[in-house]
Amino acid sequence: MKRISRDQIAERLARDIPEGAVVNLGIGLPTKVANYLPADKDIFLQSENGVLGMGPAPAPGEEDYDLINAGKQPVTLLKGGSFFHHADSFAMMRGGHLDICVLGAFQVSRWGDLANWSTGEPGAIPAVGGAMDLAAGAKDVFIMMELQTKEGESKLVDKCTYPLTGLKCVSRVYTDVAVFQIEPGGVVRVVDDVSGAGQEELKRITGLELVF
Amino acid sequence: MISKIVNDVQSAVAGIKDGSTVLLGGFGGAGQAHELLDALIEQGAKDLTIVSNNAGSGKTGIAALLAAGSVRKVICSFPRQADSYVFDELYRSGKVELELVPQGTLAERIRAGGAGIGGFFTKTAVGTQLAEGKEIRTIDGEDYVLEGPIKADVALIKAYKADRWGNLVYRKTARNFGPIMATAAKLTIVQVDEIVELGDLDPEAIVTPSLYVQRVVRVAKKA
Repeated sequence: MKRISRDQIAERLARDIPEGAVVNLGIGLPTKVANYLPADKDIFLQSENGVLGMGPAPAPGEEDYDLINAGKQPVTLLKGGSFFHHADSFAMMRGGHLDICVLGAFQVSRWGDLANWSTGEPGAIPAVGGAMDLAAGAKDVFIMMELQTKEGESKLVDKCTYPLTGLKCVSRVYTDVAVFQIEPGGVVRVVDDVSGAGQEELKRITGLELVF
Repeated sequence: MISKIVNDVQSAVAGIKDGSTVLLGGFGGAGQAHELLDALIEQGAKDLTIVSNNAGSGKTGIAALLAAGSVRKVICSFPRQADSYVFDELYRSGKVELELVPQGTLAERIRAGGAGIGGFFTKTAVGTQLAEGKEIRTIDGEDYVLEGPIKADVALIKAYKADRWGNLVYRKTARNFGPIMATAAKLTIVQVDEIVELGDLDPEAIVTPSLYVQRVVRVAKKA
């Protein structure tokens, strides 16, 4: 088994985004996906803070702090891009107008439940941002994460133990070991064994009945 | 002749009372009415409930308002940031109350508050801790949670340009919560980079029509 890097996960995920898709990339790891979108295709990046048609980071010295992404980093606007207020931005999400959102996760269950906003630890400052709105609203929720915790526990699980972000919302899970498709009835299909782990090893790591 | 323009930020925030609910525009620093916040701290209103996406970072802006002990409760979606230590400390020591709201629900509650909507059903947060204790209704086979409006005494927002009637246009993603917050407060106070003559703003491009705005103050943009 040869695990792929975070950049390679982003690259693998980007290959599954079709031309014309409206895509929201969550803060953190998912923002890497933007680096691998094909330049010859029109893909529309939406950001929760009111922009559609978001472009790459500006050249050094060209930063405009009135034009930022959800992670509050400076970005640019593509030709044809637009700005709108927050209620409109989230209407786009809940209203089903986003094709794909890419989020990070603490855990995903085989039923498609997502836990990514709180570890529930005492004393932790809770923060949810737009994660629940995206989980509830995007047509497809793609998760990008390492398959295991540092302690070696699978983050793809039978049932989430962390506080939930959304129920039955995840469609695909892109990891350093494999790409998984969440299908109805709690079925998890391996669509791409990117690490060459093999069927038995994938079943061992996840502890799940997988379909190949 | 109606003019909502006031001369300075002190006049802009005059009369804000203790115990007020105050909407604070901005997403991180973009669209935050920084100078109005500083003026509010100086004005001294206490026991405030603030509604904002974030709970401040570093020592300035919302963090400074919190540090001044002016705030009783924060309603927001994302208080935790790399340098949100002022909020973190007050929250952990029980000195400030937090109502955590998903960002889109926060925006829609403010919109509802300004639009005379008494509540709405949203699918966001169904099945999570943030929907606990709230009414769930199944509509067309899908579960939704009931959320109520947010109305406020005051909104402090930032826009790009205004005229003397209070028509507003914003700049890029600094628009964020400004247009909806302007609708949901009895007293909407706006700081702008520029004041223009009546008629100079393209009527097709005005984002906030004048009736939502009570006071406008120009704050020179920092170089």
